[in-house]
Amino acid sequence: MKNPTVLASGLLGVNVEMLKRVVKEGAGAVTFKSIGPRVKSGHRNPTVLAYEWGVINAVGLPSPGYRDMGGELSRMKEVGAPVFVSIYGASVGEFREVAEAVAKYKPAMIEVNISCPNTEAEGMIFGCSEKLAFDVVSAVKNACGSVPVMPKLTPQAQNIGRVAKACEEAGADAIAAINTVGPGMLINIEARKPVLDYKRGGISGPAIRPVAVRCVYEIYEEVDLPILGIGGVTEGRDAVEMMQAGATAVGIGSGIYYRGIDVFSKVCEEMKVWMKGNGCKNVKELVGAAHE
Amino acid sequence: MSDMPVSNRVRKIVEENGEVRTIFLEYNVPGAIPGQFVMLWLPRVDEKPLALSYLNGEAAVTVQRKGKFSEEIFKLRKGDYIGVRGPYGNGFDVNACKKPCIIAGGMGMAPLAPLVEKLAKKKPVVIMGASGKERLIFRDRIGKICKVEYTTDDGSCGKKCFASDILAGVIEREKIDVVYGCGPEQMLKKVYEICKKNKVECQLSLERYMHCGFGVCGSCAIDGFRVCVDGPVFSSKQLSKMSEFGKFARLKYGKKVGLSEYYNWRE
Repeated sequence: MKNPTVLASGLLGVNVEMLKRVVKEGAGAVTFKSIGPRVKSGHRNPTVLAYEWGVINAVGLPSPGYRDMGGELSRMKEVGAPVFVSIYGASVGEFREVAEAVAKYKPAMIEVNISCPNTEAEGMIFGCSEKLAFDVVSAVKNACGSVPVMPKLTPQAQNIGRVAKACEEAGADAIAAINTVGPGMLINIEARKPVLDYKRGGISGPAIRPVAVRCVYEIYEEVDLPILGIGGVTEGRDAVEMMQAGATAVGIGSGIYYRGIDVFSKVCEEMKVWMKGNGCKNVKELVGAAHE
Repeated sequence: MSDMPVSNRVRKIVEENGEVRTIFLEYNVPGAIPGQFVMLWLPRVDEKPLALSYLNGEAAVTVQRKGKFSEEIFKLRKGDYIGVRGPYGNGFDVNACKKPCIIAGGMGMAPLAPLVEKLAKKKPVVIMGASGKERLIFRDRIGKICKVEYTTDDGSCGKKCFASDILAGVIEREKIDVVYGCGPEQMLKKVYEICKKNKVECQLSLERYMHCGFGVCGSCAIDGFRVCVDGPVFSSKQLSKMSEFGKFARLKYGKKVGLSEYYNWRE
């Protein structure tokens, strides 16, 4: 990776051309939007909204399914940076099925989404239990061959460090944390109705940064794996903070809403300025610095 | 920053023809320019992007009865609740032209009508096409401002041909330097080709399925462009870089399909 910023899963990663664009806008790596075993239409609009302190969404993992994504996945090399592919399933078997199919395209990493708060069967149920997380990661790991596997964890887990540990024991190569917080709800008081059609939605953006930093900090204490720190990073200082908590790289998603699609190059530039001003020569020096 | 539906009400409903209605909003959408759109929310029904068809102190959207959502819009009565967020998108660049041509196919006239009003002083030439006379919307409104050339598929008004069929002649005769267009994408692709051949700039407004409207979800992608924030209005140069323009679009769940399948798709 040219720099530590990564396009987080679920945003913009619908096709190769868009991923190329995000790389051009400065991302060090990019993630394909979560792919499932078959067609899933997702929820009805409104699905993505922004309130004063963050973004709330219940898109509901829409996907054409891995069979239909083959055309895009086979062109992954054109992106010009490491490509992660996020996958989901509603059972250990489904995770294995999708992982096996996706691994054939040799992505830089398979991200295992066991943390979506907006679906009935496919979501965070797996990431809330050490045993289920272990089972999913083991199955995916077995199906993936040499492709590295990175489960994405949920802050709703009672002890996220222990879930991360279970993933490590199952053979995970890295940990991504965190997915959206919640779910939450917002009501339009004139209409007297929840605004999201699905009623509940995961919260991201600046509002959740402290939760993300705490989670990454706890995971770092628990495991010896690289961590992709995600949650509320919109500027260089946030990225430095996430890395000091223990992240090797930082995911950016809602930051696109706050600062534009070139948020990646902005964050990198701001990190450079901060590092220069604080006598830091290599980003590696930042990783876990807050633990010492 | 916040992008939540703002509570609004229906102020007035104007029947444009049997299947097209203009819904005027009680509260204006401040700061909107021609070519921008709003996300219109009907609680428990859906939320969809709709072009603003009136701007100057009064905001309105113009809707054709087609699917479930527009069916619900046709049930709205004066005073009914609607949620509105926006304005979104880039809008047309009105400073780019000296002698503009504005070409509309069917409902494509909706976002173009406020543009015609804005460009009135530059004496634009409008080409308005539709399948038949009844489907030509805003005829009186636009006819008052400038010269309009009509085309219909059945010959019931103006020339019996497609709007794009007379574009090259208009460009040459009127010494047009910029063509603004909106309509079915197969027509816009022809408009783009004609402009390229005649060496004039074009600005075309495109449409795709949308979730967020503010550039994060990717559902409205055309190649590496986001219709909601990089568009919906694209320049000749941008259009020349799109492999999917005039060919492919994505359904709600991300499946890439041919344009005709996309236009026929209903949830």
